[in-house]
Amino acid sequence: MRVTLFVPCFMNAMYPQAGMSIVTVLERLGHTVAFHEDIFCCGQPAFNAGYWEEARSVAGPVVEKLAADGADAIVIGSGSCGAMLKVFYRDLFANTSLAPDAVAVGERTWEFSDFLVTKLGVTDVGARFPAKVTFHDGCHGLRELRVKQQPRRLLEHVQGLELVEMRDAETCCGFGGTFSAKFPAISTAMGEVKCTSALETDAQYVVSNDSSCLMQIQGLLDREHKPLKTLHLAEVLARQ
Amino acid sequence: MPAAPSFSQQFKAQARRMAADLRHRGLIRTALAKYETSRDLQKSAFQDWQGARQAAAERKWDAINHLDTHLEAFASRLEARGTHVHWASTAAQARQIFLDILREKSARTIIKSKAMTAEEIHLNDALEKAGYSVVESDLGEYIVQLRGEAPYHIVFPAMHLTRGEISALFAEKLGSAPTDNPEELTMIARTVLRDKYITADVGITGANFAVAETGMVSITENEGNARLTAALPRTLITLLGIEKIVPKLSDLALFLPMLATAGAGQAITGYNSMYGGPRQPGECDGPEEYHVILLDNGRTQLLADPEQRDALHCIRCGACLNVCPIYRNIGGHAYGTTYSGPIGSVITPHLRGLQQWKHLSQASSLCGACTEACPVKIDLHHHLLQNRRNATSRQPIWWEKLAFRAFGFLAAHPALIDKLIPFARFAQKWFHGIVKGGPLDPARAWTATRDLPPIAPNTFTALWHAKQRAEHRKDDAPR
Repeated sequence: MRVTLFVPCFMNAMYPQAGMSIVTVLERLGHTVAFHEDIFCCGQPAFNAGYWEEARSVAGPVVEKLAADGADAIVIGSGSCGAMLKVFYRDLFANTSLAPDAVAVGERTWEFSDFLVTKLGVTDVGARFPAKVTFHDGCHGLRELRVKQQPRRLLEHVQGLELVEMRDAETCCGFGGTFSAKFPAISTAMGEVKCTSALETDAQYVVSNDSSCLMQIQGLLDREHKPLKTLHLAEVLARQ
Repeated sequence: MPAAPSFSQQFKAQARRMAADLRHRGLIRTALAKYETSRDLQKSAFQDWQGARQAAAERKWDAINHLDTHLEAFASRLEARGTHVHWASTAAQARQIFLDILREKSARTIIKSKAMTAEEIHLNDALEKAGYSVVESDLGEYIVQLRGEAPYHIVFPAMHLTRGEISALFAEKLGSAPTDNPEELTMIARTVLRDKYITADVGITGANFAVAETGMVSITENEGNARLTAALPRTLITLLGIEKIVPKLSDLALFLPMLATAGAGQAITGYNSMYGGPRQPGECDGPEEYHVILLDNGRTQLLADPEQRDALHCIRCGACLNVCPIYRNIGGHAYGTTYSGPIGSVITPHLRGLQQWKHLSQASSLCGACTEACPVKIDLHHHLLQNRRNATSRQPIWWEKLAFRAFGFLAAHPALIDKLIPFARFAQKWFHGIVKGGPLDPARAWTATRDLPPIAPNTFTALWHAKQRAEHRKDDAPR
């Protein structure tokens, strides 16, 4: 299958290994991966802040390029940016000339774990990662894209990996994009609750399909000098 | 004189204070963990909870989209039994209607059961200023009344207080002996309240549902206090928002257990009563006079918004507050509104002004736990997004707009970003440490409490290039 990888802006700058791990996993499964260097961001920050016109100026070219690229699927290693393409582009481009393309792009777009499990029917990618991990559900992946069991199915098949559920795994970590900077006190309190739940499990790693949540969780853990580490799901699945 | 802080500034200050209050955080987490357990147990008693939600949403859709005919039917059936039905467009009109009735009845003392709509129009305040004595008969509501506070939560007004605090309050205000036994605390309040029911001239209630088909007000409660409030005084007044309509009596077969489950984790609420008019000929009890006040107060504005009209489906169960991680960390009072939590953040801008209350829609991570919990399927977190869009399109903040334009320019020129990233990496590595978390730190909102990850030594784009080059070399290598 020809797959176009969409790399979110912060993943490109801060977590490139997560992106490269997706490439590794997909290529191991025999798929061809392409990447558009001229696509940088999905436009979600402006969209969420209410600046839809500015969001369209970022997202419009994304829709045009992805609509024309002919790949069988567009894969994103983020439930949040995935939700932007699959769910929110419909609203953003409603009643514009790009509406049909936006819908078509959304239909070809898959969150990484959903792509593996639902689209490809793969649950064992041949990974080995001997560690105790707990999984954090990113809200957009969970509630906008209905991704809940997919990452767990994949983790269950990783050799040596022990998956433990944390209390309130579905509770928001408090990142929320610009929310984290506009309301830092609330965001921090939410993050502390999440970190407490994760620490209670005695896991070595918090794994998620969203690097943005992990940035929030790791940022708080590091400030408190906790040994618990965060890892993107793809980085676990790429280990052998 | 310095200008009074805006609602937004007050909210931020309160939220900042409460978010750091670990005692509050623990108290609410414990209280809501119990609620979650019983709610899930009761949800499992439904054959199909998701199907019930869908059915409830459809019934409320009918109610709200045909509100005009349902309201007329509701009012005319009440009037046919001798009820006085009043229509109030604004809070001020509603308060005046109350004052007129009370003056006509020469009332002095009033007993009241819990009604968020009465909080919305600041009824107690207006009545007390006019010289009336008003006593809240719901235990939680009575406690916050004694404290001079607004209810903390739509359903649990005193959820933020411990038994010790309530005991100390009763000791101070009622002269009772200290106790941390909940039954004893209830008995202290009951002793005071029983006397008030008997002596009150007028009873005031809210409503949970208004049945159009039969012209009846449905009230659901756990203490029997609303029943006494409605039964004992000679005059009864019910205040309700126009969105309380359900089309048919049989709809209550769905809504009463649903409200109990979502709101309090109960199979059914303790007392469920229906009121259709004053004492009828041949009846031996009930009020001699019954007044029903139907309140708009901004609801028709929400009705006029096809995108967010479903917010009028709300049955005020509080389920969205209970699951909201923002509410759980800042508490009900920080919002500064009658309706707190997600539903409050959605409707307050419609009821009280978008620009003054848009901050509540921004104070959300858009996690969607509220939408998932809502028994009548209000698209709560997407409405927060729409409020943000409406607020900025009518009144953009210039520097935000500029920042997003600049970001848009950069996003359209990824090659330029590649050139800028080394500078950002250099600045982060050599200079950020000096100012990190301090007042000069441009990223202080983040770094005051959290570490920031370093910009990677190589971006994804760079790693991708390197990989492509390596593959080309491999392809070009002589075999």
